[in-house]
Amino acid sequence: MTSAISPVRSIGESHLTAAPRALTKRRARGAQLRGWLFVIPALVAYAAFVLWPIFQTFRYSFYNWDGVDPAQWAGAQNYKTVFSNEQLIGVIGHAFELILFFSGIPVVLGLAVATVMRRFVTGRMSTVARTVLFLPQVVPLVAAGIAWSWMLSTTGVVDEVLSKVGLGSLAQSWLGGFNTALPAVGVIGAWVLLGLCTVLLYAGMTKVDPALYESAQLDGAGPFREFLAITLPALRQEVAVCVTVTVIAALSAFDIVYISTQGGPGDATMVPGLEIYQLAFYNRQVGLASALALVLMVLVIGCILPVQWFARRGAEQ
Amino acid sequence: MLKGPSRLKNRRSMLLRRHSALAGLLAATMLVTTPTGAQAASLAAAGSGPASFAANCGTQPVTMQGLFESGFPDIVDLTQLFTKQYPNVKWSIREDPFATITSNAPLILSGPNPPDLMRMPQITGLVKDHLLKNMDGYFNTFGWDRFPASDLEQMRVAPSGAPQGVGPLWALGINYSMTGVFYNKALAAKVGMTAAPATLAQLDAVLAKAKADGILPVEQFDSSGNGGLIFPLQYLMADYTIQASGSVAPINDWVLDEPHATVVTPANLQAVEHLDTWIKDGYFNPDANAVSYATMMSRFDAGTGLVIFDGDWESGGFDSHFPGKFGFFLFPPLKAGGKQGAMSAPLTYGIAATAKHANCAAFFLNWVETNSAARALNVAVGGSNPGGPASLPIPPVKPGTVTAQTLAAGQVIARDNGGMGFIANATGPIDAEAWTPAVQELFGGHLSPEGVLKTVQADYLQELSAP
Repeated sequence: MTSAISPVRSIGESHLTAAPRALTKRRARGAQLRGWLFVIPALVAYAAFVLWPIFQTFRYSFYNWDGVDPAQWAGAQNYKTVFSNEQLIGVIGHAFELILFFSGIPVVLGLAVATVMRRFVTGRMSTVARTVLFLPQVVPLVAAGIAWSWMLSTTGVVDEVLSKVGLGSLAQSWLGGFNTALPAVGVIGAWVLLGLCTVLLYAGMTKVDPALYESAQLDGAGPFREFLAITLPALRQEVAVCVTVTVIAALSAFDIVYISTQGGPGDATMVPGLEIYQLAFYNRQVGLASALALVLMVLVIGCILPVQWFARRGAEQ
Repeated sequence: MLKGPSRLKNRRSMLLRRHSALAGLLAATMLVTTPTGAQAASLAAAGSGPASFAANCGTQPVTMQGLFESGFPDIVDLTQLFTKQYPNVKWSIREDPFATITSNAPLILSGPNPPDLMRMPQITGLVKDHLLKNMDGYFNTFGWDRFPASDLEQMRVAPSGAPQGVGPLWALGINYSMTGVFYNKALAAKVGMTAAPATLAQLDAVLAKAKADGILPVEQFDSSGNGGLIFPLQYLMADYTIQASGSVAPINDWVLDEPHATVVTPANLQAVEHLDTWIKDGYFNPDANAVSYATMMSRFDAGTGLVIFDGDWESGGFDSHFPGKFGFFLFPPLKAGGKQGAMSAPLTYGIAATAKHANCAAFFLNWVETNSAARALNVAVGGSNPGGPASLPIPPVKPGTVTAQTLAAGQVIARDNGGMGFIANATGPIDAEAWTPAVQELFGGHLSPEGVLKTVQADYLQELSAP
């Protein structure tokens, strides 16, 4: 009996358990479908305004086209030009030099400022300090470029201050000198990005358990040791975000350079973003501009991926 | 197509989006309209046909679309005067900086709603792409053969885009600018300059005296995209070329893209070397490479600098805002009484190949050149020769004004046949890509005089050979 009943029971049981499973599956599928419905508008916009232009840029990069006349197939010639033209290689080099200013200064200085704020600035002062530091991020880059152009001119505040403190011999046209223009542009970028990095890093520091600092102090650790042993490792993710954002800003710099120097003097501050614009709209070499744009995109991704990998590895550890 | 003031003033005013890694991608995307042979052919058809026909604005209400260069009030004033005389014509005007017009012109002219009348950047590329109206028909209709042929030469281009100076007419200048040297009268008196220098050597001496007296000899702009050192350079090129060849023709050949024309000549090398001595002697403001046109003007207006090298579009402003403070003279020749050269270029306006009211636009251009009220307004506001038929007199101006001096200088240049196209207009990108970086590097000591000419010539040949 048992053996006779058992299969029936088991079949009945399996029916009874299979139905909810199917229902669950259907529900899951329905939820998935609803999820896609929510995602689709954004996906369509992303495809139309990001993926499609990238595809078109990729397509154009294999043509010689002035934007109006019928395009002519150029094969890989535009890419060969990008990698063999000394001027274009120099332009890419400038972008990497800017990383020192756009990333190095904001991250290092941001860490220092955020540490000082965490230790010494509290309450309302902390809010005020963060707001003031973040302000440059809110100012449009065009406005920042204009303001800094005035400040860095020979009649600007920088040279005036230098003269007042007895360093008048250093006063010069910062944006007009071949040796000073790129660092001057870098300083503008550093000013813009310092606030963002500081606020991000400060936010990261607030999540560190204060007990860790107390323990370290009990063990006799000084501020510098605290910073190295506790703060810095805890901020791996935030530092990665800062480096990612600032490296992208450096490699894709356009606004600040266009406003403050337009790539000059000579080609001293020419960067890929501006070169792409000039090639497309002044030289009307859309194919070459597209090739340079794609090379720039690959460079940005190539620089960002290791940073992301480093951050993810840290999070896993 | 000489650089106008607002072209330079407004370069910094373009608002550009952030995150410009995508700038190139977006730039390319904006030009996404698939280029087809059929489109080009239809545009070519619209732009061709030198037939003579009646062209006017009719009597029905017309709204003209105008795209003009910002900072040039004369053209806007002229449209208002035109509407007073022809009330059925209204204007919808958009004003952009010259740099914006230059970069957007192909896109605008090939778009579905191009302007009827548009301030023209360098036109060779636009002609090649069949984007402009062939104006030979209007030439016949309005009898523009009464205009001095040399006035129209710079707007003639072969349909293939080269050479310039010959072929159909594609644009018309509403006035004809003249360049030279503006000087501060008070500072000139201080350095003992009682009359305009008669020779280059005398100018050298005046500049040296100013330097010795602690007065800045030359205030000049030379920031990127605004290579103002090209002004004195081309004056010097004219002097040495006239000495070597008897005229400025070799320079004009180069500007007009004549086959085998070269800027690498012994005369031009002497010119760059002369400019280099001025730079090394400290005659220019040391921050020239970072000084925009607007900054130069504000400094000169405020009394800094004995001279600036500039054009007569500033004459009206000097007369109205600083009467008696400034004077003008043509760049002096190498030998006293010798021929003189100056950049003399029209402020050009063209009609889109597919413009809806092309006839009315042409009628307006003809009216600007021939109507006495329009010509008087043009001189008073624009400060330049209004062009038009050789038989028409230049409207009178107050004697002793800067405008009177620049107009008189025009007569000298006409007598000497010394009018030159601007070397920065030889090709579309030659200014931004070659001349400006080259003179900036010369100023910074990073390029030799010979290097300047060779760099520019290499870029010139590359651009002319581009498909």
